[in-house]
Amino acid sequence: MDLHNLNPSSLKSRFTTRFLRALTEINARKPIASSSSPREIFQRYRRIKDAADTSMAYSVRSRRTWSKATLWRLRTPSHRRRLASFGRRSSLNKTRTTTTASHRGAVVVQITSRGGGLGVQLEELRELVPGGEAMDLCNLLDETAHYIKCLTTQVQVMRTIANLYSLE
Amino acid sequence: MSSRRSRSRQSGSNSRITDDQINDLVSKLHQLLPEIRNAHSDKVSAAKVLQETCNYIRSLHREVDDLSERLSELLATTDNAQAAIIRSLLMQ
Repeated sequence: MDLHNLNPSSLKSRFTTRFLRALTEINARKPIASSSSPREIFQRYRRIKDAADTSMAYSVRSRRTWSKATLWRLRTPSHRRRLASFGRRSSLNKTRTTTTASHRGAVVVQITSRGGGLGVQLEELRELVPGGEAMDLCNLLDETAHYIKCLTTQVQVMRTIANLYSLE
Repeated sequence: MSSRRSRSRQSGSNSRITDDQINDLVSKLHQLLPEIRNAHSDKVSAAKVLQETCNYIRSLHREVDDLSERLSELLATTDNAQAAIIRSLLMQ
């Protein structure tokens, strides 16, 4: 992958810039003495992973449910998140049952009549895509496509950077 | 989105419109998946596409994890001068 001819307005370019900046900050923070202890490595791994996910979520042009959910997850401390999702989930269950009865009833019938069992995969997908539990079917499929596109870009860039750092 | 909802609420035949949209979205997802084993066929079941999608997302998450770990170890050993050189190379 050629990083020297990046289109400056592409998703890949925006992500690379942000992520490299974050990596520099993380690198600057490391203590001189114990930079190779397993605990240090694990902490840095967490920071790098969060920086990568955050950088990608910030780099998307159109604000997506999954990108907003990612940023919210990484910026909100866990105790506040648990309270928020409790309220969200109980109201969500109410909406789900009512919409199933009205317009989504038609869709559900078609999908299950086509050989059933899509419910399991959809539940799996909702857990994998950030914010997936709150999306209706159309949005879920649409967001999944965009999420996959961004994830592959993220992996490409991270791999290239790691290869470059590995050069001696 | 809201106009789609009210249309499908009106009569049973309009559920086919929603069904086609689902098919379109599912086939769009199918295009994104890496084609590994079987020859590209148009008639892949929605369940299979969704299952492959879940597997693909999980493998991408794993790759992000592995690369983060690798970068973490590399940052421990690479000194700042080399990092600065690499960074300036990438930024041009």
